[in-house]
Amino acid sequence: MELLSFGDQGWGDEMFRAAFTTLLLSVSAMLLGLLIGTLGAAAKLANSLALRAVGGTYTTIVRGIPELLIIYLLFFGGSGAAMSVARVFGYTGYIELNAFAIGTLAIGFISGAYSTEVLRGAFLAVPRGQIEAAKACGMSGLLLFRRIMFPQVARYALPGIGNVWQLTLKDTALISVTGLVEIMRQANVAAGSTRSPFIFFLAAAVIYLALTTASNQGFHRAENWAGRGVRRPAAGTT
Amino acid sequence: MKRTIVLLAGAAVLVIAGQAGAKDWTEVVIGTEGAYPPWNSTNASGELVGAEMDLAAELCARMNVTCKIIAQDWDGIIPALQNGKYDAIMAGMSITPERMEAINFSRGYFNDPARIAVLKGSDLEGLETIERLTLEDIDADEQATLDKLKEALAGKTIGAQIATIHANFIEQFLTDVDIRAYQTQDELNLDLQAGRIDAAVADNQAFKDFMETAEGADIVFTGPAMSGGVFGKGVGVGLRKEDSDLLDLFNQAINEATADGTVTRISIDWFGTDMSM
Amino acid sequence: MNLQLMWESAPRLLGGTALTVQLVLLSLLLGFVLAIAIALMRLSGIRTLSSFASAYVFVFRGTPLLVQIFLIYFGLAQFEAVRESIAWIVLREPFWAAIIALTLNTGAYTSEIFRGGIQAVPYGEIEAAKACGMSRLMSYRRIILPLALRQALPAYGNEMILMVKASSLASTITLLEITGIARSIIARTYSPVEVFIVAGVIYLAINFAITLFVQRMEHRLTPYLHRA
Repeated sequence: MELLSFGDQGWGDEMFRAAFTTLLLSVSAMLLGLLIGTLGAAAKLANSLALRAVGGTYTTIVRGIPELLIIYLLFFGGSGAAMSVARVFGYTGYIELNAFAIGTLAIGFISGAYSTEVLRGAFLAVPRGQIEAAKACGMSGLLLFRRIMFPQVARYALPGIGNVWQLTLKDTALISVTGLVEIMRQANVAAGSTRSPFIFFLAAAVIYLALTTASNQGFHRAENWAGRGVRRPAAGTT
Repeated sequence: MKRTIVLLAGAAVLVIAGQAGAKDWTEVVIGTEGAYPPWNSTNASGELVGAEMDLAAELCARMNVTCKIIAQDWDGIIPALQNGKYDAIMAGMSITPERMEAINFSRGYFNDPARIAVLKGSDLEGLETIERLTLEDIDADEQATLDKLKEALAGKTIGAQIATIHANFIEQFLTDVDIRAYQTQDELNLDLQAGRIDAAVADNQAFKDFMETAEGADIVFTGPAMSGGVFGKGVGVGLRKEDSDLLDLFNQAINEATADGTVTRISIDWFGTDMSM
Repeated sequence: MNLQLMWESAPRLLGGTALTVQLVLLSLLLGFVLAIAIALMRLSGIRTLSSFASAYVFVFRGTPLLVQIFLIYFGLAQFEAVRESIAWIVLREPFWAAIIALTLNTGAYTSEIFRGGIQAVPYGEIEAAKACGMSRLMSYRRIILPLALRQALPAYGNEMILMVKASSLASTITLLEITGIARSIIARTYSPVEVFIVAGVIYLAINFAITLFVQRMEHRLTPYLHRA
């Protein structure tokens, strides 16, 4: 047990810091994923055939290829791609992506594909009549989005987004292969260094479980909050 | 188009731009594995330590640059150098013709023979062979030893770290063996000790470090100490091909540190023996 | 982009497909059986059974598969008691360690899919079965499970695809399936992008085949939804 103590001799403080990195990485990847997901859903629902094709290709590829491969691809190809993008803008220098940025991009890219599907479903769940009614009342696009679309899409999407969050959180474990010291990497290093793999992988599992459970609770509360004022079936009939 | 720009702007925020064009080398980033004691490893405070970390500090002082050392998993260590994640590799990496096709190497700084390790009590323990096997200009005795190894190891499961000279040796010289390729030396050690593999091939020092721990007490060497040929020309600093100025800096620094006994001192500190070249 | 390398690495990567398919099929099969048992345990109404089942589902869905694989492969091997037990015959082999981890993982997810499917069976059909004098076992065999499985098929199709992707993690415990072979080719050629793209295409093809298969199954299992 002293292996997990805090301080110079134990790995407790390192594991704790790593858990913080995992959390930070998950949050930033999730946010990036939501941004991509919004664009992706918009593309998939667009009238333009080209946009729909782009959105469809994106979700098909990301959901059909192992996450590990996507991470490796972005990790090894990411700097090169970033440099070619920069060339377009006239910057010819050398660009380096740090491990955290690559992790955010890779996990966000994966998370975005799942968010796309969730948000698309939620958009479609808003009754068309309401949108027509809002237009008939003379609401502008922005007002319609703010007053009608956003509150309802958020409510319909929340359970799905909760699932995507869990996926995202667990996918961050794969980022360990790029050398970013998150929970899994730290557990690996400690397991190798102390030759006690069981205790460290078990500790990692417990930390992940704590993170997923706590965030699950959070999402339940958010769902309740977003669903306030919605008629529910009477108790006992669910 | 608007959306693309938003995406790009988002990506740009995440990008850390390095300095442009030809470098005058005031800062050198060194990549290591951090999981190959006593060459390089990560301690409980999360610091990278080991013979190569001490040597890097000495070399950087001599090159008059500030150095930053970062960890990278072994099987991505060369691609990440080419990507520019760091400028140099110091990770117990042997100089081999195969790697020379992709990257440059400084002169060697440490030289360590390869060994075969097995569990005590294994039928492979105590193979009677010559003590040193050099895979260049193989003579009759050496050929006999190779044949004996081939015969003894036939049908066995043998582990090595992926993408190493040791994995290459198994592939090229041992036929009819089941090769297991591991991501790290630690994982290889764990499986050797657990009895999942019949034998493992790695650097002498990497095994010795493990043998000194309680878990590694049951591990013994067998067969000859091997070097030359497929095992390369010692361990050197890996560099991008285009950075020939950095290569010169490293070569000069290693020459100096070898000449004044610094490399020997570090080697004895960490390995208990002089492995300077 | 080195097209020649991509062309040359394709046959070797395809060679890894056999192991990928073995890993996926075997763990899906075992996981399927496990999932039905777990789903029935959860719905059994017997407290110890249902809480054991939900604890299992909770743990395996709440942690990353990579952690589960490492815990089973490296973690268990740490103990002498494990290494001297009969279980070691199986746990010793990376292939079986991977199968165990993948099975336990898919079992947890699949049991949730089945539970949803069983709960979606209209109550009237269960009542009708009872009215016909079917025993509990027979109503499960003839009415509830077939309906539940049909209901669960689309979600199970997704799970199959997730398993193909998950099998790539077996490469972390020395198995040379598609991703493992990709990594060993890269170890030699230092051209990760090219090799991973070819590997990605192979995975896409496998998953595309699964999608088609599941669609055909759905079509066959819902004859009343379309005319002959």
